[in-house]
Amino acid sequence: MLRLLQLELQKLLLNRASKVLIFISFILPFFVIILSSLRINFFGFFVLELGHYGLFNFPIVWHITTFFASQFKFFFAIVVVSMIGNEYSNKTIKQNLIDGLSKKEFILSKFYTIIFFSAVATFLIFIICLCIGLYYSSISEPHLIFRELEFLFAYFLKLVGFFSLCLFLGMLVKRSAFALAFLFVLFILEWIIYGIMAWKIDESTADKIQNFFPLKSMYKLIDQPFQRIAISKAPNGQDFLYDFAVHWYEIAIVMGWTALFIFLSYRLLKKRDL
Amino acid sequence: MESILTINNLTKKFGYLTAVKDLSFTINKGNVYGILGPNGSGKSTTLGIVLNVVNKTEGNFHWFDGNVSTHDALKKVGAIIERPNFYPYMTAQQNLKLVCRIKGVDQSKIDEKLEVVGLLDRKDHKFRTYSLGMKQRLAIASALLNDPEILILDEPTNGLDPQGIHQIRQIIKDIAQNGTTILLASHLLDEVEKVCSHVVVLRKGEKLYSGRVDEMISSHGFFELKAEKHDELISLLERHNSFGTIKVEDHIITAFLNEPMDAQTFNTLMFDKGIVLSHLVKRKESLEEQFLQLTDNN
Repeated sequence: MLRLLQLELQKLLLNRASKVLIFISFILPFFVIILSSLRINFFGFFVLELGHYGLFNFPIVWHITTFFASQFKFFFAIVVVSMIGNEYSNKTIKQNLIDGLSKKEFILSKFYTIIFFSAVATFLIFIICLCIGLYYSSISEPHLIFRELEFLFAYFLKLVGFFSLCLFLGMLVKRSAFALAFLFVLFILEWIIYGIMAWKIDESTADKIQNFFPLKSMYKLIDQPFQRIAISKAPNGQDFLYDFAVHWYEIAIVMGWTALFIFLSYRLLKKRDL
Repeated sequence: MESILTINNLTKKFGYLTAVKDLSFTINKGNVYGILGPNGSGKSTTLGIVLNVVNKTEGNFHWFDGNVSTHDALKKVGAIIERPNFYPYMTAQQNLKLVCRIKGVDQSKIDEKLEVVGLLDRKDHKFRTYSLGMKQRLAIASALLNDPEILILDEPTNGLDPQGIHQIRQIIKDIAQNGTTILLASHLLDEVEKVCSHVVVLRKGEKLYSGRVDEMISSHGFFELKAEKHDELISLLERHNSFGTIKVEDHIITAFLNEPMDAQTFNTLMFDKGIVLSHLVKRKESLEEQFLQLTDNN
């Protein structure tokens, strides 16, 4: 396993473009989170200090940061797609196989890399959340601090699932740009199907079915935190009550998709003549 | 003899097109093999199948004694197919390091192999800055990293300039002298003739011949002759049992042998009959002539 991971890391880290993108996908979220946690003085007109609104208190900080950080997953998605696209355009995939890498190992080396980077991203988010949270919130008991840590797990899973989808699309179309376009098409397609279902059947059934779609199911892992913020602020917040928790079935769906994408990528490579 | 690769009834179809048809042959240790065939005769497809990049339709093949999986066997094989494929953004050394990791061999050989192909002084330059000849030589270095049991080369001199071709051939000859088994696919006949001891001839995916190069056509060679007594010589040859076809071109008589006869015996025979030859050459068909004969007649 270490050998496969080493292989892929060498391919990625010696490539300037992917190095920059990896750096961006790690650094940018922190930069945004740290910036937003600072006091921002708008030329003396007013002072914006998000920490003041209790946004960075435990446990809501886990929810908010993972939600926003996961929006930056797109940068690493480009890396994932191009790491397949490059193998095809340089024909190095062929050479790798001739040199004695099995097709299974080839897919696994990509998948391990995805897991590795998702784990690193999750760990970094954990550290940054902990720091911001400890700074803003007055809670110091460990069991209160680590409440709702499942958002972190959901974040990890969301990344792995999304990148596995990218891996599969990359294997399917062999070209990075087309794979990204496909991703966008899939996004639109999911909404079109949702629209048709909502129109033909009814909205609540359509909602339920849509939660099984790949992109939507990944999005659903971490629900948007805005309503939750509103609840904590508004006097009669109970009106906005909604279910924001990470459920086991949401996890199961995303895990199912991940397994399917990796399996399909393998099948695709196995059937293909290079 | 120890077999390295055995292919049995291998067939590959691309849709309606049959690229390889019911092909069987064995590669034994220590010989230099050539796979000959015109473009599109299934050479690269056959190599692709045994190298795990093309899926076979029917038949089977196995490496060594058949007890290892193909991808593990390939770790003991060095192969270059078509064009040199490396990561353009990595240096020669980094590329070879990656190959070492895939094959699971020690990285200490990198410098040694770069020396063999004469690229040691360029090892820290990026692959994309290399000329085609250098790329091809790097590919050979990469294939040699694990000191392979067999080296497979598919059109190794394709697209190179004369100097490049010469360099690559010299490297191949040196490797062959060390006792490494080589399988060389090419449509360049003189290339195969210069290097190989055995050939497999393919046409449209079918095997026409496999065996030693010098036994490809059951022929005893021919004499090219010239003499003052031209007509007398011809009638003599026609009457003699040892000769088959007689051809005359530009006053040079070509007489094909039905049975072995060396030039000295022939010359003595002619002298006894009172014919003095002004030109006597004994030749065998070149590989090119043999190859054309094989691929045309069938």
